[in-house]
Amino acid sequence: MKHRLAIDAFLAETVTPGRLRAFLESRRFPIVEGASVTFVWRGEADAVHLRHWIYGLESSNDLHRAPGTDLWHLTMEIPSGSRVEYKYEVHRGGGSTWIEDPLNPNRARDPFGANSVLQGSGYEAPSWSRHDRLSRQGHVEPFVFDSDALGRRSGHLYLPARFRRTRQYPLLVVHDGSDYLAYASLRTVLDNLIHRLEIPDMIVAFTDSPDRLREYANDERHARYLTKELVPHLASRFPLFDRPQARCVMGASFGAVAALSTAYRYPGFWGRVLLQSGSFAFTDIGKRNRRGPLFDRVVEFVNEYRAEPKAVSERVFVSCGVYESLIYENRSMVPLLDGTGMDVRFVESRDGHNWENWRDRLREGLSWLMPGPLMFIYE
Amino acid sequence: MTPPATSAVVLLGAQRFDPTLGTSVKELGVTGRIALITAGWQEREPEDEELVADLGVPTVNLRLHARGEMVFRDDPELREAHRQRQAALRYRQDVYRIRLEHLLEADRVISLREAPPDVAEEQAQASLASIRDLDAWHLELCAKLRSEYEARWDLPSRPVLARHREEITEAVAVCDAVAISGGHVATLVNRLVLFGIGPLLRGKTVFAWSGGAMALSDRVVLFHDSPPQGPGASEVLDAGLGVVPNVVVLPEPERRLRIDDRDRVQRLARRFAPASCLAFPARSRVTLRDGVLGNGHGVKLLKTDGAVVPFHGRRTR
Repeated sequence: MKHRLAIDAFLAETVTPGRLRAFLESRRFPIVEGASVTFVWRGEADAVHLRHWIYGLESSNDLHRAPGTDLWHLTMEIPSGSRVEYKYEVHRGGGSTWIEDPLNPNRARDPFGANSVLQGSGYEAPSWSRHDRLSRQGHVEPFVFDSDALGRRSGHLYLPARFRRTRQYPLLVVHDGSDYLAYASLRTVLDNLIHRLEIPDMIVAFTDSPDRLREYANDERHARYLTKELVPHLASRFPLFDRPQARCVMGASFGAVAALSTAYRYPGFWGRVLLQSGSFAFTDIGKRNRRGPLFDRVVEFVNEYRAEPKAVSERVFVSCGVYESLIYENRSMVPLLDGTGMDVRFVESRDGHNWENWRDRLREGLSWLMPGPLMFIYE
Repeated sequence: MTPPATSAVVLLGAQRFDPTLGTSVKELGVTGRIALITAGWQEREPEDEELVADLGVPTVNLRLHARGEMVFRDDPELREAHRQRQAALRYRQDVYRIRLEHLLEADRVISLREAPPDVAEEQAQASLASIRDLDAWHLELCAKLRSEYEARWDLPSRPVLARHREEITEAVAVCDAVAISGGHVATLVNRLVLFGIGPLLRGKTVFAWSGGAMALSDRVVLFHDSPPQGPGASEVLDAGLGVVPNVVVLPEPERRLRIDDRDRVQRLARRFAPASCLAFPARSRVTLRDGVLGNGHGVKLLKTDGAVVPFHGRRTR
């Protein structure tokens, strides 16, 4: 017998103010019942739409008003393990505003603000992404660097707890570093994964760009800045291993394009590459792409790579959410990368183009690219 | 390498949270001084207060990790040679791992194919033989690299190292027993070999746990069935001191081994047979005396049919 949904059971009887209050106070919202998810909003409006970031579904879906009430609801099928970011678009008096879900405390933040987050059945934020009092904290300090290629650059450096000058360390270079710190908890993730021996003690350069859409889109100067300027500079300040296996470059979205194009321009230098939801737009015929002029240089690069794929690193980890429009491009890249002889791992998730998706894939990606001493330590 | 004749060797499970070392020391009647080797703890080597308290007898920490740092500081030529050898070993380990992962994957794919039983068995044997051959080849390669290194750099003749070896020999000579902790097993093996610890164990009672127990076997096998990066593949690291031959030491099975997975157990046991794969949970121990492993408490034997049973003892030769 099909299970009766909570919203249907509630609406089957007369909705009194007391019952409505009890209903709202006794549940978590949205209501997740297996694959069925019910979004609920309460208030006066002319119309309410669910605006979500699931590519492939209508991005706007109407909530229905329960007769005689100010309760709005919509039930959708969402696969288990999903994370979906959303807002409500509330229409009143000819205008509309996008608001976060006041009944749901879960938020995901990014440089543009915050979204409400639906955690589908079975989804849990990974324990290693949360503060662990047993994990020793690494040290984060700002850095400024005057680049010949790009002018003054700034960012942050992470030194692991118990950093020693007598030891040597691998280096991880992160694009959009401040955002990874702020929205993907990368500092906490590093602390925890190092504490668990899943990645080695490492030095991390969180780099930022004042003009990422230009500099990250296959810009020769950016690749030169990272490879020929920043890495030698860091090697002069810190005891870094001088081998490709101990150098990793990573990024998400346009940052992934920057990471791959940097490795492409300096093949063999970056022995490890981590690409999250790369904006790897390409065309099969002609140069016009559906994503607009911002992507023109990306398309040029990806088309060139697709025409003549080559090994640029030893290991490449690729991840992408299946609710992203970029899933097609990322799936298309994987066999090309793999066919060059590079060791490639591709991971999909039921998630979108957002920082928490990128956070949730960090453990698998980093520990595969740069395994920690877990296999060596037997206490 | 001929293993030294020890008085007795006690292999124990992890000591970190529930130490049983002190009890074992008392049971064997050791009351004299014990030489401690905590080099596997690396920079934490000196932090042996709890260990000393548990032992309850006089101790001397041989400080092999710190001595190693001093040797490399004071003998730059040896430091560079060591660095190059480690890079060569690391490169070979990486390549061995690539080959191994492909062989294991081929074995998995072949095992999923429908085939007549005799063909399936024949192919399973062939897969196993390939993996065993690769393990053996890798072990030989590591031994070759080490012996070339030792021959070329004539370790006993290097003044700085010789001085430390002499101090260590004197310190061990006045001890009744040697206790070797776990920790980073590669670091530990390197330090044990660098300072020629094997021959110093002759006539001593030896206590070793976790990584320390692995280092005493003749083949160090790194393992973890559930690492974060995906399916775990056990891999041969290098030779150990060979004090406890024909045994693969598997510490911390509680968090590293899926011993309820009969297929994995079977594959592991068959891969290293005739050596015995012994899992050492916390509080477990077994004693080697006169070539016989016995007095087993809590140690588990991984059998080639996939069963896991209590291990009571066997001859090691």
